[in-house]
Parts: sequence; structure tokens; C-alpha cells
Amino acid sequence: MEVTLTHFLIVSTLLFCLGIYGIVTRKNAIMVLMGIELILNASNINFIAFSRFGNFGLQGQLFALFVIVLAAAEAAIALAIVLNVYKTFVNVNVDEIDALRD
Amino acid sequence: MNIYDIIFYLFTAVTLLSAFFVVSTRNIVRAAFFLLFTFFGVSGIYVLLGADFVAIVQLIVYVGGILILMIFGVMITNKITEVEIKTGTIHTLPAAIGVGLFTGMVGAVILDTDWKQVSTVMPVSTLSALGNLLLNEYVLIFELLGILLLIALIGAASMARK
Repeated sequence: MEVTLTHFLIVSTLLFCLGIYGIVTRKNAIMVLMGIELILNASNINFIAFSRFGNFGLQGQLFALFVIVLAAAEAAIALAIVLNVYKTFVNVNVDEIDALRD
Repeated sequence: MNIYDIIFYLFTAVTLLSAFFVVSTRNIVRAAFFLLFTFFGVSGIYVLLGADFVAIVQLIVYVGGILILMIFGVMITNKITEVEIKTGTIHTLPAAIGVGLFTGMVGAVILDTDWKQVSTVMPVSTLSALGNLLLNEYVLIFELLGILLLIALIGAASMARK
């Protein structure tokens, strides 16, 4: 069976759903971040697949680059927040953090 | 089935299997290392789609930057003296049912849609074309992303320093 656009879309759907599953079920905040990274990668596969098969030129690849930049900024900020949460609550389980002030 | 298809299925298997282990293993450090293989597999898929520069950027930024940052986060926020670094899970069964239904729905829509496909021939190196686009049509977004990265850097440093 020849590989077409549909194959890439299915792969990105599966990756997206695995990321959603990771975000919903994990307690540790860093594992939730890993789920977000999986979702961003799935969206990037979609962008690049449509850039290859959709006759849009290279703009899909350019937007994938923008997504990678945003993912880098998001990871840095989120880990700084996680470190502060760890200093306040001594753990980073998202189901036990329920106070905005100490 | 030609060599392109075989390589595609290989990279897909690496990506999806390691992504599955990322969300299913209980050891956080192991999950971080499986995430490494997921990023490698996704980068291979980018190469198959003719996006060589994005694949290299994926390797440099994700594997070299984000993953190292996450492993640092794991090491700092867990007591290293414990041998096993575990994470708990909640609502596993409802999440599996919901995500399974969602996957089936989206997959059915994708398989059912008659996609209009124009197989464009990608240039051998996308580097110069991407650079031209980035510094002509999208130069505003390029500059804004630079400012965003600066703000994120300063914000993260000042938040983590307190």
C-alpha cells in the first residue's frame, strides 16, 4: 500500500491521542508537559504533511518552525513554574496542588 | 511496497511505540528517554516529507534543549536518594475510553474524507527557500518570535531564581 497523505494524518492522530491520554492520566506535572510535547509534535506532522501534499509551498514547514520555537519557550516557562511549585508544596502532583497562595 | 514505504512504517513504529511507552511507563526517567525516541521518529517522518531543515531543528531544539530541560526538572523535583522515580496515574479507564472514542471518530473522518492531493516535489534543500520566506513575507513573525524568546528567557530566569 503506497504511503499517502492519509497515512501521515493517521499517525499524527494517534500521536495526538496518546498525548491527550498522557495529560489526562498523569499526576506528575512534568509528565503532563511531556504529553503537551507529544501533541505539539502531532500538529507539526500535520503542518508538514499538508505542506508536502497540499500545494501550499513551504509555508507549512515555516509554521512548524514557529511551533517548535513556541514549544521551547513554553517548556522553559513551565519548568520554572514547576520548580516554584515544588519549593512551595514539596511535590509536583497536579491533583494535590489546590491553593493559589500559601 | 517500495523502500520509502518500508522506512515510513519503521519510523511510524518507533514513534508510536515509544510514545505509548511515554504515557504508560510509571518511571519518569524512563518516560523521558522514550520521549527521546519519539522525537527521533518524528524527525525521520519530517525527512520523509521532504522537510530537511525542520527535521534538523527538531533534533537540535527538542532533543538538545527541551528534553534536557525536562530531565533537569525531573531530577530537581524528585528525591534523588530514592532509586525509583515513580508517578501516579488517575482516571485511567475513563481516559482510555474517551481517548479511544475520540481516536475512532477522528480516524473515521480522516479515512472517509476524499483528500485533494497534489504531490509537490520538494526542493533538495529547503534551506534557502525557507530563509527567503522567513526574511521577506514572515519577517514580522520572525522578529516577534525573537522578542518572545527573550521574554521567556528573562521570565524563566527570574521565576526560577527566587
